[in-house]
Amino acid sequence: MSSVPLSGAGSSARLTFMQRHLHLDGQLMTALILLSGVGLLILYSASGEDMGELQRQVFRLGLAFTLMVLVAQVSPDQLRRWTPWLFLAGLSMLMLVLMVGVVGKGAQRWLDLGLFRFQPAELMKLAIPMMVAWFISRRDLPPNLFQVAVALALIAVPTALIVLQPDLGTAVLVCASGFFVIFLAGLRWRIMLFATALIAAMAPIFWHFLMHDYQKRRILTLLDPERDPLGSGYHIIQSTIAIGSGGLYGKGWLNGTQSRLEFLPERNTDFIFAVFSEEFGLVGVIQLLVLYLFIIGRGMYIAIQAQDTYSRLLAGSLALTFFVYVFVNVGMVSGLVPVVGLPLPLISYGGTSMVTLMVAFGILMSVHTHRKLWAS
Amino acid sequence: MVTMDKNGHNRLRDQQKEKQLFTRRAFLAGAGVLGLMGLLGARMTQLQVMGHQHYSTMSQSNRVKLVPVPPNRGLIHDRNGGVLAENRPTYQLMLTPEQIKDIPATLDGLSAIMQLEERDLERFHEQRLRSRRFDAIPVKFRLREREVAAFAINRHRFPGVEVEARLTRYYPQGSHAVHAIGHVGRINERELTRIDHSRYRGSSHIGKAGAELQFEDLLHGYSGLERMETNALGRVIRPLERQNPNPGHDVYLTIDSRLQRVAEEVLEDYTGAIVAIDTRNGDILALASKPMFDPNLFVHGIDRETYRHMQVNPDRPLFNRALRGQYPPGSTIKPFVALAGLDHGTMSGGDRVTCPGFYTLPGIDHRWRCWRRYGHGPMNLADSIIQSCDVYFYDLAYRLGIDNMHRYLAGFGFGDRPGSGIPGELAGILPSRQWKRAARGEGWFHGETLITGIGQGYFLTTPLQLAQATAVLANRGKVRPPRLIRAMRNSSNGEVRELELEAAETVFSGRNDRHWDAVVDAMIESVHGARGTARSIAADLSYRIAGKTGTAQVFSLPQDDDYEYDPDEIERRLRDHALFNAFAPAKDPRIAVAVIAENGGSGGAVAAPMAREVMDAYFDIHGERDDV
Repeated sequence: MSSVPLSGAGSSARLTFMQRHLHLDGQLMTALILLSGVGLLILYSASGEDMGELQRQVFRLGLAFTLMVLVAQVSPDQLRRWTPWLFLAGLSMLMLVLMVGVVGKGAQRWLDLGLFRFQPAELMKLAIPMMVAWFISRRDLPPNLFQVAVALALIAVPTALIVLQPDLGTAVLVCASGFFVIFLAGLRWRIMLFATALIAAMAPIFWHFLMHDYQKRRILTLLDPERDPLGSGYHIIQSTIAIGSGGLYGKGWLNGTQSRLEFLPERNTDFIFAVFSEEFGLVGVIQLLVLYLFIIGRGMYIAIQAQDTYSRLLAGSLALTFFVYVFVNVGMVSGLVPVVGLPLPLISYGGTSMVTLMVAFGILMSVHTHRKLWAS
Repeated sequence: MVTMDKNGHNRLRDQQKEKQLFTRRAFLAGAGVLGLMGLLGARMTQLQVMGHQHYSTMSQSNRVKLVPVPPNRGLIHDRNGGVLAENRPTYQLMLTPEQIKDIPATLDGLSAIMQLEERDLERFHEQRLRSRRFDAIPVKFRLREREVAAFAINRHRFPGVEVEARLTRYYPQGSHAVHAIGHVGRINERELTRIDHSRYRGSSHIGKAGAELQFEDLLHGYSGLERMETNALGRVIRPLERQNPNPGHDVYLTIDSRLQRVAEEVLEDYTGAIVAIDTRNGDILALASKPMFDPNLFVHGIDRETYRHMQVNPDRPLFNRALRGQYPPGSTIKPFVALAGLDHGTMSGGDRVTCPGFYTLPGIDHRWRCWRRYGHGPMNLADSIIQSCDVYFYDLAYRLGIDNMHRYLAGFGFGDRPGSGIPGELAGILPSRQWKRAARGEGWFHGETLITGIGQGYFLTTPLQLAQATAVLANRGKVRPPRLIRAMRNSSNGEVRELELEAAETVFSGRNDRHWDAVVDAMIESVHGARGTARSIAADLSYRIAGKTGTAQVFSLPQDDDYEYDPDEIERRLRDHALFNAFAPAKDPRIAVAVIAENGGSGGAVAAPMAREVMDAYFDIHGERDDV
């Protein structure tokens, strides 16, 4: 189904029928559909067999897939031309949301557009890697110190605005997606070491001045969940019990007691992976992780095959960002990383991040299927 | 596409180099991804293989459920301890779908022993779609005693069906004092974003208006938590440990139910409002607004039909006229303007103005009319208040000027919120040059100064504001914000705490006492004098009242589309509003009252007698004091 890769730059692209005419990548598409199917299955269980919730999720998936197909039709050249404007638009909306945004769950993230509500931070998940890739690809790689500094500023300003909302999970994501572009562009190790040292030195300042109490509590909770077993530690304790009690083969679909008896909070959204682990066991978990790995790998393969620097950097960054979702969510549910509100991609209940993710896959497909037969 | 950059490098070769660089980095990143995925796999193995035994046991014994326990809402009393709002147990029928084999049959069986309405069943089915199978869903709210008994006898026939008792707000006196007490209602989405969730765990209701809203923080209390042991199906076996909720404080309002009831009764079928304030401490003794409504309707969610009915009712019972009704003060403003004139030195009490029935300004071809067509003749300050001569006040207002008049009237609180803290109180409008510039984008005209001087034109006040201004007048310039709460009782330890009075603020300090005397004497004469506009209420008074009648012109009809016009009705609605403000005893004031009866016609004939009855009731209760 896929093309046989030819090594070397400016390689010719052999496209399948589906790739040439529909601008869709069969392998990626198959994996995404499979993943969504698994997601619906587990959501049915996690929501307590709520058909209504399932229907709403199917509707959202349909919307997201449609959007992906549409985005895949837009060529990377066009995307590149729009990039600075998209970035500026996203940035202004971020500022707007801080001024007039709708407050939900104690954070200010939404712009009310009358017909629907819109989270500008979601747009930034795409606009930041696009912008950094656009900026860096204008010169030869690897980027020099000046370019790296500008690129960091391009990342830092929107990230700061998102932290102010406050939305730590998204801030981590957009920051990572921008950084991946710089890394893939060949950021020198010296600079990287220096930056790491700088961040380590800044950490105490962050802790004392910039972090909210609830964010600190989450980190302390990670280190010692028993600190506050009925408060913020409750999530982690209950989710590790759910995962651990699943064992090798799991308790079976619809049979997870932890989640069914409501011990597990947010079991249909951020903590849905615990339900999955409880019901399908380690065997199921490994299969799910392999499916994720396949999607990430396919994304990296598309990036390597891309024919220009902008597409390459963007595609690579999007694939790696997808991995961050998986790693942070699974890590948080299993008690490896602090609780930052990130959904398990394509499985958690909810629409906003799903749409962004599928648009990203649309971009990947576009990059892969708009390759020229004989690039010179 | 082969381009050369300025160093003469071949772009194509650089492309190739870039691609190699990228590919190296991509593989590096891929290795990182694999490594971290491996870490996740290892963690999962650790939990699910190594820790399986341990967690499995924990999950088996994880049979403890946390159930929130909502606190009891504090009671609301009147100032003498009479109960205005309390909590009563109500029973609701709950059904748990998971535990029932045949739901339609169960519902049929239930409807044989109690009446299940179509509406109840619809709501049940709707909610069932949205709930998990082991959640209990209400089928019927507010069961009658008879229904509870009928169910208790037949209980064995209905596994999975239970009667749940919970305390809900109840207003034992119905609509009595509803515009002061307000009411509670279900917590809505907007309130959800505002409240502290741990404090409201398990609570379904929140104050929506009046004292219930104003003192929400005191009344609500803090939720507790109960740890319950459950069986494998999630059914509660026994409670393990309980962290008790902290009940809300009981609140003692300043309202005196007896006075309040008189105020509500004397308004009869008039729409309007009466506010009575204790001049010595700012206590709001009565806050009546008519028509009233039964707050109990709102506790369980009012049905659409009743609500619509209230909305289209041209008398708007939900509208709190005492706080939010804005009316032209009319002649009730005259004592305040008179004091401004004396204090500012515009005139002295003896100066005379001749009233020919109209007033003109030099160079303006317009006659401002006095209410008395053929005029009052020569008037001094006292006469003009007693007989309510408009021409005198046109002249005074013109000479005082709008800026001075605004400054003095603002001192009495006109144009500003009274500061009682009751949610929703309005400020009215005290016109000024700045106000007109901002609101209308126009400059000020002399003619507008004149009509402001008799409380017409743009001038608007609310009954609470008028009562408060009258209290300030009675206190000779000392201002104490009106208050609705007198004391609170901590229901856990029974301790009662009286609220301290805020220090009074003096707005006209160091001014001549004779000015106050002149105005107050004129107000006494307007009740007790032979020619006073309120002389009809002087008969058999055992104390003396200082008061002022007012009549406010009505300009427009309600604009509701649903309003049906009927000629008699139109005539009634075009009648002037009747106003009266007064305090008593005149020389040692204790109570100030403002009355507004919409379309009452005459202040002296309609509004003044209402104020007297309220005052009579006050002195019946507190003992009359003749201050002559």
